[in-house]
Amino acid sequence: MTDAGWIILTGVLAATSCALLGTFLVLRKMSLLGDALSHAVLPGIAIAFFLSDSRAILPMFIGAAAFGLLTTLLVEAFHRRWAVPEDASIGIVFTALFALGVVLISVYAGQVDLDQECVLYGEIAYTPFDTLLWDNQEYGPRPVWILSGVLIFNLLFVGLLYKELTLASFDPGLSLSVGVSATLIHYLLMGAVSITTVASFESVGAILVVAMLIVPGASAYLWSDRLPRILGLAVIFGAVSAVVGYYLAGLWNSSIAGAIVVVLGVIFGVSVLVAPRQGLLAKLLQRGRLSIQVAQDHILLGMVRQVETGADQTWRLRDALGLASVHPWMARQAMRLLRRKGLVALEADATVDLTADGRRQGLQLLRGHRLWETYLNQLGLPQDHVHGPADAVEHYLDQSLRQEIGGLVADVGLDPQGKRIPDDSQNH
Amino acid sequence: MFDFLHVLHLHDATVRSVLFGSLLIGATGGVLGSFAVLRRRSLMGDALAHAALPGVALAFLWTGSKSLPVLISGATCTGVLGVLLIQFITTRTRIKADAAIGIVLTVFFGIGIVLLTHIQRSLVGNQAGLDKFLFGQAASMVEDDVRVMSVMSLLIIVVVLLLYKEFKALIFDPKFLQSLGYSLQRVDLALMGLIVLTVMVGLQAVGVVLIAAMLITPAVAARFWTERLHVMVVLAAFIGGLSGASGTFLSAQAPRVPTGPVMVLVATGLFVLSGLLAPRRGLLARWRRQRSNVLRERRHHLLRALVVLQERSDNATRFRVDELVQELGWERRRVAGEARRLRRLHLVDCRDGHVQATAQGLAEGTFVVKSHRLWEHYLVYRDILSADHVDRPADEVEHLLTPDILERLEEILQRDHGIDTERVVDIHGSGSQYRPAGRERNEVGT
Repeated sequence: MTDAGWIILTGVLAATSCALLGTFLVLRKMSLLGDALSHAVLPGIAIAFFLSDSRAILPMFIGAAAFGLLTTLLVEAFHRRWAVPEDASIGIVFTALFALGVVLISVYAGQVDLDQECVLYGEIAYTPFDTLLWDNQEYGPRPVWILSGVLIFNLLFVGLLYKELTLASFDPGLSLSVGVSATLIHYLLMGAVSITTVASFESVGAILVVAMLIVPGASAYLWSDRLPRILGLAVIFGAVSAVVGYYLAGLWNSSIAGAIVVVLGVIFGVSVLVAPRQGLLAKLLQRGRLSIQVAQDHILLGMVRQVETGADQTWRLRDALGLASVHPWMARQAMRLLRRKGLVALEADATVDLTADGRRQGLQLLRGHRLWETYLNQLGLPQDHVHGPADAVEHYLDQSLRQEIGGLVADVGLDPQGKRIPDDSQNH
Repeated sequence: MFDFLHVLHLHDATVRSVLFGSLLIGATGGVLGSFAVLRRRSLMGDALAHAALPGVALAFLWTGSKSLPVLISGATCTGVLGVLLIQFITTRTRIKADAAIGIVLTVFFGIGIVLLTHIQRSLVGNQAGLDKFLFGQAASMVEDDVRVMSVMSLLIIVVVLLLYKEFKALIFDPKFLQSLGYSLQRVDLALMGLIVLTVMVGLQAVGVVLIAAMLITPAVAARFWTERLHVMVVLAAFIGGLSGASGTFLSAQAPRVPTGPVMVLVATGLFVLSGLLAPRRGLLARWRRQRSNVLRERRHHLLRALVVLQERSDNATRFRVDELVQELGWERRRVAGEARRLRRLHLVDCRDGHVQATAQGLAEGTFVVKSHRLWEHYLVYRDILSADHVDRPADEVEHLLTPDILERLEEILQRDHGIDTERVVDIHGSGSQYRPAGRERNEVGT
């Protein structure tokens, strides 16, 4: 395998391991604890380095797990025992431990193969040179082996505890009542996060690993409501970011880990924009569609009201568009839809006219509007206050609702302003 | 051990200005941090600082200058952008605040790292020094930097003084602030703006990674010592200034060690000390309170035992330790020890294996016994608990009743239930005025 291949593989393994667990952090609203954890394991790593005098993985895991646990405990203790607000408690603990780690590393810099750069953005570029030797035989880069192990561990962790994790994440009360201790799950998850952080640390550093934890899960959460899909998407996002990040770093002549995180940021930004339903564009589109619907209603209503006064029935197109009282472009869209539905007819001399269907539908809208006014009036709202609410609600009153309200209001046949309430044409 | 003389050269202008600068940073951080922590905005500073990194790099890339005002301007732009993005994400998407902070913080930091590594690898020469912004290097401050920082700090402090009342109301009673016609958003924005400035002032000396601690840790430490905002602000400024100055001082001993982490460690040390030593809220004070509660309970129990024994034995006053051991159910050693302690307080006399209450001890013991019994009666007669459930609660309460509460209790029991409180005895014992059957009890009651 080429060097590039090994580096990309390392990135993919780290990103996917993190994404898998990070999704649960995001869903449990504990992203910041994950952030704190990945900072706070630094002294554990540093101490393990000095004691074992090497990059042996086991002491590092133990050191990191110990400090991960310490972080969780200290945050809890300061919060509960010393009444420190939780976010402040997180802030104090992780900055203190991280500071300790940085000081340890800089004091012993030169004595061990660990420096501030490594802490900040890892050494993924050196992955191919860090080969695993066994019996004088090379077995590929060491980080790849470690991260593969962690990925398998995380897959097993999530796979075996899937139900428990889901339950404890979404409904701690229920989880406790069926015998799953949410606290135990909490600590297990934190332990797994610590180990994953350490394994990824060498490659991407202590700070950027947080992005790998949180961003894929948060992005995926915008795309779906179903946990399996969120997990799958998060893993895909992580993997994609590692591959693309590698090439971008080459292009920019910059840190690979940083570039991976930038790609993750782009993925999140794109998700915020285009995700179906949760995305900003989807929301905008939905709002636009609603406005056009409302504009259609207003055009029909305006025309029907004029019919009622018995005045001239033809409208110049421009006046009819003005009835919608929205942006002209929207009004034209509304008119287009009305014509397509056969509710209005456009004559050759640029006038519009209601068709029979259009007239019927307009009358039904008017009926809804006036029934609602009557209903509010009978509830005690003064008659000069009922038009506004009715204007807002008229678009949502369908046949069955109109019938129900028709049954509720006393059968007066006239609205509070004394105008006739059109009949329910569906009964004719 | 340390090369103290080297640093103690306070007449050296550079050393002096560096120390003064880091003192200012710490103090300003403490002041603003007090408001940030109380307003639950602790981690905003963290996000803000991380988001400032790409600004530093961009400012350098565009202007090629490394002067502090230029870099700080860049940092402010991206920092504010980061905070706005956090707000945007939390209000416009389903992503919660914690994840939003985490995302913005790391992604901006990632961008910063990309830019910084790009600068380091592509531009040769002039780039050194930018990475000081990561973990901070107070020694890299020159006098001009300190002057800029002093002006900014002064500005921040003046604005805080001017808006003190508004900030106070924002923290403790936002509704009140609104009712005065202030816009909450604007006051909040002013506070955020000041936090931004504070972070920027400290950026060079503390570094983007850890400057959040200079906002959070001194403020939380100060909180232990006081319940009053202005005291807290002053204390936090003091603790922050101390951490800043001594952090700089200590890190100057080992030039490889960046300043930021050392300041943070000093501040954390002061935080832990405060948590241990602060009066009332500190751990030691709380232990001492608990201990004194325990001791008071033991004293009461021993004196009570003496009174009860005296009642039971037709006014004998001296009792053997064995009798007390039996009555109290304690170990012999504890009884003896407690008796010795009470003798020092002139509550009992101990002579040849016998213990006798002094007049003072007898008074206190009688008071405790009476408290216990009257409380039992009160609980029963007010139908709060039945007679066989009142012993435990009375055990708890007997240590807490004060003379005026007891007086009031006596009044109620005498007036409403016709109990002779001077002769009140154990509600369970013979000779009690209480008869469990409901009818008779009603008679007593009416």
